[in-house]
Amino acid sequence: HTERPQQQKNLEGYVGFANLPNQVYRKSVKRGFEFTLMVVGESGLGKSTMINSLFLTDLYSTDYPGPSHRIKKTVQVEQSKVLVKEGGVHLLLTIVDTPGFGDAVDNSNCWQPVTDHIDSKFEDYLNAESRVNRRQMPDNRVHCCLYFIAPSGHGLKPLDIEFMKRLHEKVNIIPLIAKADTMTPEECQQFKKQIMKEIQEHKIKIYEFPEIDDEEEMKIIRKIKDRLPLAVVGSNTIIEVSGKRVRGRQYPWGVAEVENGEHCDFTILRNMLIRTHMQDLKDVTNNVHYENYRSKKLAAVTYNGVDNNKNKGQLTKSPLAQMEEERREHVAKMKKMEQEMEQVFEMKVKEKLQKLKDSEAELKRRHEQMKKNLEAQHKELEEKRHQHEEEKASWEAQQRILEQQKLDASRLKQNKKVNIFIDQQ
Amino acid sequence: KQEVSYNAPELRLMWSNGEGARAVPLAGHVGFDSMPDQLVNKSVNHGFCFNILCVGETGLGKSTLMDTLFNTKFEGEPTQHNQPGVTLKSNTYELQESNVRLKLTVVNTVGFGDQINKEDSYKSIVEFIDAQFEAYLQEELKIKRTLHSYHDTRIHACLYFIAPTGHSLKSLDLVTMKKLDSKVNIIPIIAKSDAISKSELAKFKIKITSELVSNGVQIYQFPTDDESVAEINSTMNSHLPFAVVGSTEEVKIGNKMVKARQYPWGTVQVENENHCDFVKLREMLIRVNMEDLREQTHTRHYELYRRCKLEEMGFKDTDPDSKPFSLQETYEAKRNEFMGELQKKEEEMRQMFVQRVKEKEAELKEAEKELHEKFDRLKKLHQDEKKKLEEKKKSLDDELNTFKQKKTAAELLQNQAQQAGGSTTLKRDKERKK
Repeated sequence: HTERPQQQKNLEGYVGFANLPNQVYRKSVKRGFEFTLMVVGESGLGKSTMINSLFLTDLYSTDYPGPSHRIKKTVQVEQSKVLVKEGGVHLLLTIVDTPGFGDAVDNSNCWQPVTDHIDSKFEDYLNAESRVNRRQMPDNRVHCCLYFIAPSGHGLKPLDIEFMKRLHEKVNIIPLIAKADTMTPEECQQFKKQIMKEIQEHKIKIYEFPEIDDEEEMKIIRKIKDRLPLAVVGSNTIIEVSGKRVRGRQYPWGVAEVENGEHCDFTILRNMLIRTHMQDLKDVTNNVHYENYRSKKLAAVTYNGVDNNKNKGQLTKSPLAQMEEERREHVAKMKKMEQEMEQVFEMKVKEKLQKLKDSEAELKRRHEQMKKNLEAQHKELEEKRHQHEEEKASWEAQQRILEQQKLDASRLKQNKKVNIFIDQQ
Repeated sequence: KQEVSYNAPELRLMWSNGEGARAVPLAGHVGFDSMPDQLVNKSVNHGFCFNILCVGETGLGKSTLMDTLFNTKFEGEPTQHNQPGVTLKSNTYELQESNVRLKLTVVNTVGFGDQINKEDSYKSIVEFIDAQFEAYLQEELKIKRTLHSYHDTRIHACLYFIAPTGHSLKSLDLVTMKKLDSKVNIIPIIAKSDAISKSELAKFKIKITSELVSNGVQIYQFPTDDESVAEINSTMNSHLPFAVVGSTEEVKIGNKMVKARQYPWGTVQVENENHCDFVKLREMLIRVNMEDLREQTHTRHYELYRRCKLEEMGFKDTDPDSKPFSLQETYEAKRNEFMGELQKKEEEMRQMFVQRVKEKEAELKEAEKELHEKFDRLKKLHQDEKKKLEEKKKSLDDELNTFKQKKTAAELLQNQAQQAGGSTTLKRDKERKK
């Protein structure tokens, strides 16, 4: 078929595809949403409280205790799934927590169960996506990881750095300073600067806000970027402050309000995580982290045993197209091989035939020569014979003459004798 | 505290995923009700894409209808009737309406229905549709892929233009639609319907619908599962096929300029629902169900194509023992099979050559043997000859010897005789010396 390049068109009058966003909206509400959030950090950093504060629900309660309350000898990875509904929108929220993380004396490889979990979700998705019969694929992949940093005030612990380095290419990491109400604003500022410096030094890639065209929105985003990592406070209790009922932590010297922007960055976290960037977190997981996993996995499968350097440039092909190309290459190779073999064959046959011909010629020549030789000898013999015959004939003739002479002489003698005798008489 | 109630049909996807999930009430406004807006914003920023295929005989007003639907003049010269076969011509346009950008591709069948033998007419259409599926499939299977920025060329809607004969569907139409109904969303429309009177039109629509049903042709049904659009969609379904009129000409009716076709006996107004179903088509195709058409194409038609293609290539989901294959295993198995095949072919070729060489060697050996035999014979002949010659030589030599003896004897006698005569002493000496 023929195709022309794209053209810009100006419409006169309302067509109606401006209604597409509404159609998308309607369908997405019908489908419902899902989101998987992972929380990682040592026990006692207020992770469960933070989840409950973020989602305004008793996700973790006495009936369903949070990770810190579940004593574990080794790091576990556990999932809790809840269905929540708000404004007609359904959300299936999966919280993945890691009780036991960082709590042991020897924490080597305590991130392993975490990476294994993330990879296994990627694997599930990959297998579901690769089936011949595909159903609607549930998305159980981890979309975001809240990493809780203890408010030491100094800097990142080696475990923090190690964990983030291991996971930053598998999941969107949002580092949080936990229990921020134990630091003064100045201490907090200092701490944040130190952490960001270390993150940059170790080339850790934490979740980044996408650039957008709207200047106003970008201004807000840049302000948020300056406040990273977010220092948060969570609370399960509602306290009355100046006539208002707020979530907060009651101290003898006052109330640290969770949703007060001057007390901590909780609101920023909540707005960013849930109200503005939840979809982007899913998109980055799908388009970046999952694709990384997938391409590594598939490259390992298809190039098993084959020189990887040769195939580096061919990662843009599907494995099937790869096989197709290999098939074509093989056909070409076989053709070439066939041609070569044919050539060698022809050459050898030619050689042998030539040899045979030469042999024949040689034998013929020899035969001719011998024949000639014989003929010469024959001729020589003939001549000799002829010569001899001539000689014999001439000698015989000569002998005959001699004989005749002799005879004549003897007769003459005889006659002479007789004549003498006659004379004498 | 919010009450939570869950109706299974609403949560099609989540239900399959929500095993073990418990419903919890929220103590305030969390804010995830912005998720649909977040999704919409992302889509709007990304831009939308829609691909329409127009199938119908030359002269049924396909291009005009597109122009009318999208309020713009698209490219194209009217085609002649002398095309040797059916080709597909596609054009892509960037349209914008308020903040919504749409990449619209219009594909036209050129020469459809013009040939004397129309048996293969549907083939190039099917091939085109399959080619778009194939391109998507190839992208999806790549190791390093960029699906989210891929320009989707799969056909989302096929407008099938039926000639306004007023009688029934042509067999070409039935054959073609039957071949297309499992590959694309078909929306049948009666073209140039201003040629049919209202009563004839009603009968025509009934005839067409019953013929489609009796031939098992699956046309696109506007979805009725979403309550917000269920009613309008179900009403519209009963108006199919839409009888349309297209026009980019404007005529003044009252104090407005409207799109119309002017006849001596009256003016057909395109956007007048009493005159034709154009508005219904626009409503359904663009304003209400465009997203559903895209979704159906992806989740139903494309999946069917993909499934068939993969099965054709020998991929399965489970092995004979019903254990599920992992992707890795599948690829590895395929690859091993493939490599095995290649090696076998190589071996076969080598064997064939070895055989040929053997045969040829035997041939040449035969020839060599014959040659040697031939010359052995000649040699023998020659030797016989030589022997004969030797004998002849010997006999001659004997003769010569005999003659010599004879000669010598004779000369001796002569010398003796001469000696007796006395005057040949010198002669004898000479002889002796000889």
